[in-house]
Order: sequence, then structure tokens, then C-alpha cells
Amino acid sequence: MEHSSRYIVLFAAAVCGVCSIFVATAAVTLKDRQEANKLLDVQKKVLVVAGLMQEGEDIDGPEVTLRFDENITAKVVDVASGEYAAGVDAVSFDQIAVAADLATSTEAPTNRARVRRVPNQALVYHVAPGGELRSIVLPIEGAGLWGTLYGFIAIGADGRTIDGIAFYQHKETPGLGGEVDNPRWKALWKGRKAFDEKGDVRITVKKGMAGSPETDPYRVDGLSGATITSRSVTNLLAFWLGDAGFGPYMDRYRIERGI
Amino acid sequence: MSKERDALLDPLFNNNPIALQVLGICSALAVTTKMDTAFVMSLAVIFVTAFSNLAVSLIRNWIPSSIRIIVQLTIIASLVIITDQVLKAFVYDISKQLSVFVGLIITNCIVMGRAEAFAMQNKPSLSFIDGIGNGVGYGLVLMAVAFMRELFGTGKVWGITVLHPVNEGGWYVPNGLMVLAPAAFLLIGCFIWAIRSWKTEQVEEEFHVGALLELGHESHVR
Amino acid sequence: MLEHYLSLAMKATFVENMALAYFLGMCSFLAVSRKVETAIGLGIAVIFVLTVTTPLNQLLYVTLLKPGSLAWLGLGDVDLSFLSFLTLIGTIAATVQIVEMTLDRYVPALYNALGVFLPLIAVNCAILGASLFMAERDYTLGEATVFGLGSGIGWALAIVALAAVREKLKYNNVPEPLRGLGLTFMVVGLMSVGFMAFSGIQL
Repeated sequence: MEHSSRYIVLFAAAVCGVCSIFVATAAVTLKDRQEANKLLDVQKKVLVVAGLMQEGEDIDGPEVTLRFDENITAKVVDVASGEYAAGVDAVSFDQIAVAADLATSTEAPTNRARVRRVPNQALVYHVAPGGELRSIVLPIEGAGLWGTLYGFIAIGADGRTIDGIAFYQHKETPGLGGEVDNPRWKALWKGRKAFDEKGDVRITVKKGMAGSPETDPYRVDGLSGATITSRSVTNLLAFWLGDAGFGPYMDRYRIERGI
Repeated sequence: MSKERDALLDPLFNNNPIALQVLGICSALAVTTKMDTAFVMSLAVIFVTAFSNLAVSLIRNWIPSSIRIIVQLTIIASLVIITDQVLKAFVYDISKQLSVFVGLIITNCIVMGRAEAFAMQNKPSLSFIDGIGNGVGYGLVLMAVAFMRELFGTGKVWGITVLHPVNEGGWYVPNGLMVLAPAAFLLIGCFIWAIRSWKTEQVEEEFHVGALLELGHESHVR
Repeated sequence: MLEHYLSLAMKATFVENMALAYFLGMCSFLAVSRKVETAIGLGIAVIFVLTVTTPLNQLLYVTLLKPGSLAWLGLGDVDLSFLSFLTLIGTIAATVQIVEMTLDRYVPALYNALGVFLPLIAVNCAILGASLFMAERDYTLGEATVFGLGSGIGWALAIVALAAVREKLKYNNVPEPLRGLGLTFMVVGLMSVGFMAFSGIQL
């Protein structure tokens, strides 16, 4: 079949037109749902690390939002100074965009967690069931063996004790480094101290069994067969709880509370 | 009627797209560590093959042959975008795990292959059924691989613990290899082996005694 | 900075090998790996196309598709990211076509060597995969070029190695149902195990 160029161009245009109608309709009608999903996703992760929701617990969207709103307040923090950022609305704050934008993030000092940029402002979450502050949830990330580990850590109201940790996205070897997901391993963190009395970051993940949180507060059992992942977790915590990360914020928090 | 039946059932065993035609394995294997991701991926592929076949077949008599491929590609890409948008809206967690692999359905050779080889010649209803058949055949392989990998790699099926693993206080030592990339290849190899032991007419004749003496292979005989 | 690029290239070539770790470009990987010569030809064509299309798509992605990227037009709120698949594959198909025609016109020798592979490459998942990974990981232009080149080299290495193995396999008496495809998959599996050894390397 031979066709004139005119026919071919018209045909191509028609195909494009029809396809674009379908695609645009799908994109526009589903957009709200997708945005809601993204928000829910973050809320779920924070609830899990705060211990207010079981991992894999099947609760629907409105329930998640309700539980989140009742117990958790998001606050925007100015990372370098550790102060709360004035006049920034935490609800509409887009953490991903801020971290990606060169204008609103700073180059990180050379670090072993291989974090390259730190956002100037970051979201932290205050977990306060029944009005009393129980823990502060901070976002953490850093290079693992195969890719970046993304997660949250919950620091208790005393500003030192770890209340929980969770990695929601990582590419570590399943069965070895991938055990950062293991509830049994995560349970080992509770009650350990992230900071010492002076406020320096001390927590490390090391090979072998650590003692009880009372006798061996700064150490967590390494993941067997995953030296690099274990080391990565130590490094990324050292970075994000340290001076370039949320160190200033935690210092300020402890001073304000007189602890 | 039997033509429709053949179009649907043939791709499942006699002419399974992965086992025989070596098509479209690319996007599939990386998502076979778990049953649920493999299942969603299969559904997505079935949807795209069926509807791209239908759409291409509907306009087959009007497509100028010079821009045939790009027209097929545009239709397929649009369908994949729609699928991706729907997945993001309704099964967000799984769509995140599928990441770029949904997009790679575009270059999945089954979809293109069926549009080009079947839908261009056959009427819409038959093409649609052929699309479903091929999608399901592909999905079957995907699910079979995912089943083995999830069961032996983590002791679970559909996320439900079947073999109680050691690190959760059970008895089963998970086979770490299963969840790594190489296992997918080895499993597909075994799968092809099995299907060809059963359907012997699919055997490829690669080895024969004379091979060593064939023309052009002198360099290997030293 | 150089260190960063080097590490990225190494990672793309060995650790995250397109063919052996992500299963990308499998169709041609299995179909065109019977002979070393053809494998080399296809490998070079893939390196070439990847190195061209990945940065090209990166440019398109950051100026048009990424959320908020239309700010330079005063349309900061427009999010066209849902069009990425279509645009990326379109660019790839067009680039391949242009490359093919240019080679045919100006470098016939190269065209004769690579020409037959170019149409095959337009629908090679490794090419689209690289662009999608680029978009997902937010690479800069430099990183995208290095990533494209690295992935290409990795893919080419894998296919040439596989072809070499398959050439030798021809002389083995393999169980009948396993001949051809079945055994090829197993060989690829073992190669993939081998490439995993690179994962411990920290650059």
C-alpha cells in the first residue's frame, strides 16, 4: 500500500491525538489519588517507626491519616541552626523538591555515608500520643552496599535514647544486608543510646552480640554476613545525627528541655 | 470458535512466548522475587498486549507501512502510561517496587511482536484474544518463577510464611541465591528444560556429530 | 569529581550490569549471541546508542518533563512527568533512525557493520532502561553520559562473553531438551553469579 506524504502526516497526527486524549485523561483523573497515596505513604512510614502502627498492618487511608493527625505533628526545621523554620507550613512542605533543588540544599561535607546534599530545611515529626511528647522522628539516608538506604529513626523524649528505627527503601542483598528490615533486628535498637551525655553520636553497629541496653548502650548487633551494610548504618547515623545533619536541632532540643 | 480457542490457549503451552519465542524476558525477571509484584506485573502485561493488539488490529488497514512501527510504539507507550498511572493510583506500594519495570513493558518484545506479527493480519476480536493468550502465557512463566523464588528464597508465598525461616525462630534456612538475579536465569533454564522434555517437538537441534567438521568452524579445531 | 564519575562508570559496567543484574536487553542478548563477531558488532552499536541517547534524554527530562521543570516558561506548576515514557522512547527511536541514516550516507563501512543491528536496538530494553534509571535517579548531564557509556560497555562485555561461551558449547553433547535456549539461560545465570563478585568493590 502506497500512501501520500499528506496522508501519512495526517494519520500520524490522528494517532497522536487519540493517544494523547487517553493518556491525558488518565493522568488528570488519577492525579489526586496519586498525590493522596504519596502523602499516605509517608504517614504510614512515620507511624510505623513511631510504633503506632504494625508493619504490614492493613488499615485504610482515612484511618492512617486520622491516626497520624491525632498523634503526630510535623515540623519544619532549619537544619544548620537547628531552629524551627518560621513561617513555613509543614503540611504543604515538599521535602523531596527541597532536597532536590540546588537553591534550597547545601553540599554536604565529605562523609562516609556518601550523602551528597543536605536540604536546608527538613521535616521532623513529634510523636505525642495524648499530648505528651514521646519521641522525635528524623529522616535518615545513606549509601549501603547496592544502593541508598532510606529510613527514619525515632529518638525518645530524653533526646538520647532510640525509640525505633526503620528502613523503608533499600536494595541490600535479601537475607544478608536485607535483614535491616527484620523486625527482630529492629527490636534490638529500642532503649539503646544514640548520643552520650555530652551529646556526641556514639551508636554503632558492630559484629557480634551486644549486651543489654543498660550495660552496652551504644552498640547494636551487626547483621551476620553483611559487614558493609552494618557499617553503612553506623555511618549514616553518624552523619544525620551529627553536626551536618540533625545534631544542632537535637542539641537545641536538649538545652531547651534542660536535659 | 476453535480459532479463538487456539489463539487463547496455544500461547500457554504449545507456543509459550518465553519458552519458545524467546520474547520479552527483559522486563519480567527483575520483578519475580515476590508473588505479588509478579502478579501485578503479569496483569499489566496482559492488559497492554490485549489492548495494543486490539487497537493495532482496528486500524490495521489504514496504517501506512512506512510509519507502522512508530505508530505501534506510540499506541503501546500510551497504554503503558495509562497502566502506570492506574497502578500508582490504586496499588501505590507495588507500583513503587515495580519502579522502572512498568515502563519497560514498552520495549517488551511480546507486545511489539504480537502487534506486528498477529494484529496486523487478523481481525480485532481474534487479535484481542491472542493478546490475552500471550499475556497469560507470559504471566504464567513469571508467576512460576516468582513462586519458586519467593518460596525458597524467603519461605513465603504471597507474603504468607509457609516454611518458617530460621531468623524468625523457625527451621528453614532461606536459600539466599533464590532472591538474587542469577536464580531467575537458572529457573527459566530449568523451566524450558521441563517444557521441552514434555513437548519434545520444541527441541532445538544445535549439536550434531558433524558440527566439528562444518565449514567455517575450522578455527575451533586445533 | 573525577573519582565520582569513575565510580559511577564502574558501577554501571560491573556491579549493576544491565544484562546480568537487571535482565535488560534480554531479547537481543539471547538471540544475537551465537557468534562472537556479531556479538561484538551489536555490543558496539549498543555502547554507541546508549552514550548518545542517555544524555539526550537527560536534557529533555530536566527541561521538559521533570515536575517543576517548565518554570522557565513560567509554568512552574505543570507536571508532565506522565509523558516521560512516550518522550524517552520517541527520542530513542528517532535517534536510532537518524544515526542509521547518517551512517548509511557518510560512513558506509560502519553502516555495513552495524546497520543490521540498529533497528533491533530501538526496542532494546537496555536503552530505554538506562534512560528510565537516569530519570529515576536524577542524574546530571555528566553523570548521564558516564552512566550511558558504562552501561553500554557492561552490556557489550556480557554479550561478547556469552557468545564466546556459546561458540564452545556447540561441541558439547547436552541433554536434548536443554539444548539451545535452556542451556543459554543457565550459562547466563552462572555469568551473573560471576558478576556479583564485583558488588563488594567500594570505589
